[in-house]
Amino acid sequence: MTVQAPESVAVGFVAALRAAGLEVSLLSSMLYAEALAAVGVGRRDPVYWAGRATLVHCPENFETYDAVFGSYWTGGAGRVRPPAAVVPVTIELDDPDADDDGVDPYEGEGERVTVRYSSTEILASKDFADYSDDELAEARRLMERLGREGPMRSSRRHRASRSARGRPDVRGTVRGALRAGGEPVRLHRRVRGTRPRRLVLLLDVSGSMEPYARALLRFVQAVVAGRGRVEAFALGTRLTRLTRELSSRDPDRALRDAAGAVLDWNGGTRLGAGLGRFNDEWGCRGMARGSVVVILSDGWDRGEPAEMTEQMQRLSRVAHQVVWVNPLKATPGYQPLARGMAAALPYVDHFVEGHNLTSLERLTELILTDSRARNRSGDRVGAGAGGDGR
Amino acid sequence: MLSRMATVDPRAVASTQEVVEVLTGHGYLPDQGLATAVYLALRLRRPLLLEGEPGVGKTEVANVLASWIGGGLIRLQCYEGIDVAQAVYEWDYARQLLYLRVAEATGRARALDAAELSSELYDERFLIRRPLLQAIEPSEGPPPVLLVDEVDRADDEFEAFLLEILSDYSVTIPEVGTFAALDPPVVVVTSNRTRDVHDALKRRCLYHWVDHPDQQREVDIIRLRAPHVSETLAGQVAHAAAAIREIGLYKPPGVAETIDWARALSLLGGEALVAEHVTATLGTLLKYREDHERVTDHDLTSIVSRARAAGEP
Repeated sequence: MTVQAPESVAVGFVAALRAAGLEVSLLSSMLYAEALAAVGVGRRDPVYWAGRATLVHCPENFETYDAVFGSYWTGGAGRVRPPAAVVPVTIELDDPDADDDGVDPYEGEGERVTVRYSSTEILASKDFADYSDDELAEARRLMERLGREGPMRSSRRHRASRSARGRPDVRGTVRGALRAGGEPVRLHRRVRGTRPRRLVLLLDVSGSMEPYARALLRFVQAVVAGRGRVEAFALGTRLTRLTRELSSRDPDRALRDAAGAVLDWNGGTRLGAGLGRFNDEWGCRGMARGSVVVILSDGWDRGEPAEMTEQMQRLSRVAHQVVWVNPLKATPGYQPLARGMAAALPYVDHFVEGHNLTSLERLTELILTDSRARNRSGDRVGAGAGGDGR
Repeated sequence: MLSRMATVDPRAVASTQEVVEVLTGHGYLPDQGLATAVYLALRLRRPLLLEGEPGVGKTEVANVLASWIGGGLIRLQCYEGIDVAQAVYEWDYARQLLYLRVAEATGRARALDAAELSSELYDERFLIRRPLLQAIEPSEGPPPVLLVDEVDRADDEFEAFLLEILSDYSVTIPEVGTFAALDPPVVVVTSNRTRDVHDALKRRCLYHWVDHPDQQREVDIIRLRAPHVSETLAGQVAHAAAAIREIGLYKPPGVAETIDWARALSLLGGEALVAEHVTATLGTLLKYREDHERVTDHDLTSIVSRARAAGEP
């Protein structure tokens, strides 16, 4: 069998990856060809790992890569070994709505995986781009403000200070001295600058949120597009990160992409479990640290309230503040009796409504004014008026 | 551990297999994926970007590479607000000021014109070299290993700057000139993934996601890093650690923690897991009170007894 040149192998494989939806830059594919030339194309493992190291840049894409790798290399040349034997996996449904105790036909075979999801997970992609232009313009106009002046916090980065406060800036002083013929006339100083605080938005997309989720996604999109340092997630039976999809400049495309990425619109929800996943994978690792976390949900949770309590506790320990936006709060006579909501409330800094644009505007205000107040009193980081004046 | 002092040209490494052997010889047991990524990074002279949970041994890769290559390790710990002055170079302003005063006092300042004075002031002897400049400054002998640790903690602006340096391995200091590496350093960038590293940086680098090792490899790693731990104990520790990771903890123990745990257990004596020793040393493995409770509630004795049973031949 003739051995194909690494470049042609690389080009074909990259095309297959792109067809499967993976974004592969030209630079990466060139690097891949070089890598193949270095490891050779004779055996499976080096070829596999060379591709993983050069073409895939985040663990979420490993699965797609593996699938394409399997079909491409086993479908084509026979030099590469077939994939390992398939191990049967029993998937147990941890379903609170079903009460049957049926016999498991696959008992004793292979691994057991318990999947928790409520009975109505709907793997349907929904088109939710049918907003009226008015609403769209309104939401965007509203959010442009947040984009300009979101919550700020003290930064580790210093900037020159005009007044007589702050730490001495030797560098500035020397530069000044040089200009004045070697005489340090003025002692320059610098103070800590401020940075926008990170904003994390968690949008509940479960069935009970159906009337609001689409409007709120607009809101989320506007925030993501409006300013830097925003992260967005959809919470349903699974946790979907939407930051990338929503940061597209074209709002219609952003919403379309986001709708496509969320596979569990109007499914059931396990809010506590979803928050737990967020905490494990993103939040407690650093994303939620010092951030303003906004949860947009009606608080209906089919999981254990204890889990909700625990996860909210974790979240509130790392976050700067937790804001809960509940569209149902506007209903006359509303009491936060939903089990999840009741369990979460003690750990929420602000509990607000979010059923219409006015309430969203108030939410924007709230995030702004609160952080301003904190900055003014300097109670958090001691970086306010007094902190740097030493 | 081997103390092979002979310096090697890292670019001349012949195969992935050789990388596995050398790293193992220096006390690091790589899996196939990591070994390939390291091999390619050396051969293609590209930075290696390692991502993964804390405690899986990302930083250790750089340490081991440095002791292999022999050109020293230059470490840049990233943090928020890190800038050129802390990462690349800074002028020693205090000494410059002092020099100015002296020039003034001796009348030298008057004898020189402004341009001459400034060129004396911005002389290389007043230059403080920070890690990135150290790493690319031309030097004799094998290239250093540059470790850019926890790049996700730095801000975006710094990443863009890092990208610039990593693409041509040169730095221009306006007052002095351009420093360019004769032999580019071996670069290892690590990230805990608290935020996404920019795509542009990722594309420059070879990427590897460092995972928790499988059980057998973990046993081997413990044996390699803590040679006084008996094989039986190492096997049981790895088994118990795997079981504990399954429970769903806030912070599943990494390899670093299991090595500590094995050392602690071995210090307390015994060739096998003993329930009371396990309880006493759980702090080396778990770093959250809730995790502690969860493991204890999850029937610690059964984890111990199953680990012991698995160790039986």
